[in-house]
Amino acid sequence: MMRSLTISPDKCTGCLQCEMACSYENEGVFNPVKSRIKVFVFEQEGRHVPYTCTQCADAWCQNACPTEAIQINAQTGAKEVNEGLCVGCKVCTIACPFGTVNYNQATGKVIKCDLCGGDPACAKACPTQAITYQDANWTGYDKMRSWADKTNTQATAQA
Amino acid sequence: MRYVIIGAGPAGVVAAETLRKQDPKGEVILIGDEPEPAYSRMAIPYLLAEHIDERGTYLRHATDHFENLGIRQIHEKVTAVDGTGHTLTLQSGESINFDRLLIASGSRPVAPPIPGLDQPGVHHCWTLADARYIADYAKAGSKVVLMGAGFIGSIIMEALVERHVELTVLEMGDRMVPRMMDQTAGNLIKHWCIDHGVNVRTSTRVMEVKPDDTGIARLTLECEAAKPIQADLVVVATGVRPETRYLENSGVQIRQGVVVNDYLQTTLPDIYAAGDVCEALEWGTGNHAVHAIQPVAAETGRVAAMNMTGSNTLYAGSLQMNILDSIGLISTSYGQWQGVENGESSELLDEARFRYIKLQFEADRLVGAITLGMTEHVGVLRGLIQSRTRLGRWKEHLMKDPSRIMEAYLGATHSA
Ligand SMILES: Cc1cc2nc3c(=O)[nH]c(=O)nc-3n(C[C@H](O)[C@H](O)[C@H](O)COP(=O)(O)OP(=O)(O)OC[C@H]3O[C@@H](n4cnc5c(N)ncnc54)[C@H](O)[C@@H]3O)c2cc1C
Ligand code: SF4
Repeated sequence: MMRSLTISPDKCTGCLQCEMACSYENEGVFNPVKSRIKVFVFEQEGRHVPYTCTQCADAWCQNACPTEAIQINAQTGAKEVNEGLCVGCKVCTIACPFGTVNYNQATGKVIKCDLCGGDPACAKACPTQAITYQDANWTGYDKMRSWADKTNTQATAQA
Repeated sequence: MRYVIIGAGPAGVVAAETLRKQDPKGEVILIGDEPEPAYSRMAIPYLLAEHIDERGTYLRHATDHFENLGIRQIHEKVTAVDGTGHTLTLQSGESINFDRLLIASGSRPVAPPIPGLDQPGVHHCWTLADARYIADYAKAGSKVVLMGAGFIGSIIMEALVERHVELTVLEMGDRMVPRMMDQTAGNLIKHWCIDHGVNVRTSTRVMEVKPDDTGIARLTLECEAAKPIQADLVVVATGVRPETRYLENSGVQIRQGVVVNDYLQTTLPDIYAAGDVCEALEWGTGNHAVHAIQPVAAETGRVAAMNMTGSNTLYAGSLQMNILDSIGLISTSYGQWQGVENGESSELLDEARFRYIKLQFEADRLVGAITLGMTEHVGVLRGLIQSRTRLGRWKEHLMKDPSRIMEAYLGATHSA
């Protein structure tokens, strides 16, 4: 059973431990700016929404890439950027309708969530279980899918 | 069932793979007239900038990729198609029958009617062969003139800058990337490039290209109301047009490109078209247009192949979307960035920092956008446009401050 990141914004306190953990795991620094998961703050409502790639089944970023640089990790199902093949054209960053592939000007490559190879640092770091890593058909997953469907411009087969 | 595809670019390759997936037993033949393994034109700038070698431009990296999928490849030019007769003719004279045909021959570069563009030293930048030629002449310090600062021209500019040539960019229009950027953004990009040492001249018309007789360079460009410019190499990036010349007597309707319906089917039932060559539904406007960009090539290739195998898949339409890196200044444009009738727009400009964002709305939906200097989460602009999300109260927030786009996206799509 593939697992996926499940996010419950109502449990998020905005402590940014996930962003710290992500940037440290992936970039070797504690710097939220370099995190692949972002916590968005809704000041007026006092709400915090952690947000990252949902690893769509039929991924826009992967389909758009001209050099086969976004590949599926067979174990985790994550769509991973192969830095050796990425030319930094950024087409994936405009193709992903969730805005979860971002260009890193320092390296000239793109970065996105890769589920840390199956042990996501953000979920481990989250003190309130606002981010959990669980079986894909558990709660929340369908909701994420439905967001994905809202932006589903990849033509759908008609019955 | 025999499927034949003309053109081994991204549209053709994605289609071939999709055909195989949908119809494991069908015969799939992929015909392309270039000698190299299937590659991606849009990787050429990175080859010129020497970030990758030619293999880095290949669409698929496993050498036996197509063999493993049982896709037969033919490296030859198709010279004619008989649509009703279900056959096509190769350059060698051989003819091939098909049950279903996909036209995915892409576009070809076109030059304006200026005398002297047909001599050695003047070159397009469209194929790997072109790239090799340009790499030979665009050496550090050599004088290079780039004609055209549209989207493709501007991407090539970036690569030429990285080759440390002495570069002059000439554009007939009044700004850079006129079909992707408004006046404000196009001018900011121009000033940024000039600040970074590129000689960019907009509103400049080349009258003639002649051999140079001073011995300093290979060529001289005569310009209207400006001093002549010397060049060792002239790169012409003045536009492209769908490659339909071999289809004249095929029976399929051609306007600007090969006309297709909402299933990417041409006017002949067993023939489909995808990629740069097709004139398909444009997303959001109901018009038909040619959208010569990579994401559209991949998407139309996939949808056309689905329909060729009988799956009845509706094409949602091509959304104009581009991203450009001009010496580190990143710009994007989406959809109807010029705005729509009775629509509203909001913008935020920080000229000193080269930052700009402009949003176009129709009622409370986003229909187009331009950004400058933004690299984080730009994709949500596509998400908001193509999901037709009703922004509700977020529309007013965005009218006041368009930079709050990510908040608006989450607010409008992820709240109860
Ligand atoms: C320098 C450069 C930079 C670019 N940058 C970007 C970018 O940043 N973003 C973006 O979205 N797009 C970019 N593009 C455009 C993008 O590459 C094209 O939209 C894409 O390649 C279209 O794919 P296609 O499969 O439709 O056609 P093509 O890639 O053109 O492939 C068509 C193939 O068919 C072959 N063919 C044509 N006629 C025949 C025939 N009669 N018989 C047999 N074979 C034939 C051609 O030789 C070619 O190999 C760029 C293009 C260039 C040249
Ligand atoms: S930026 Fe890299 S991963 Fe993204 S589409 Fe371009 S080559 Fe592929």
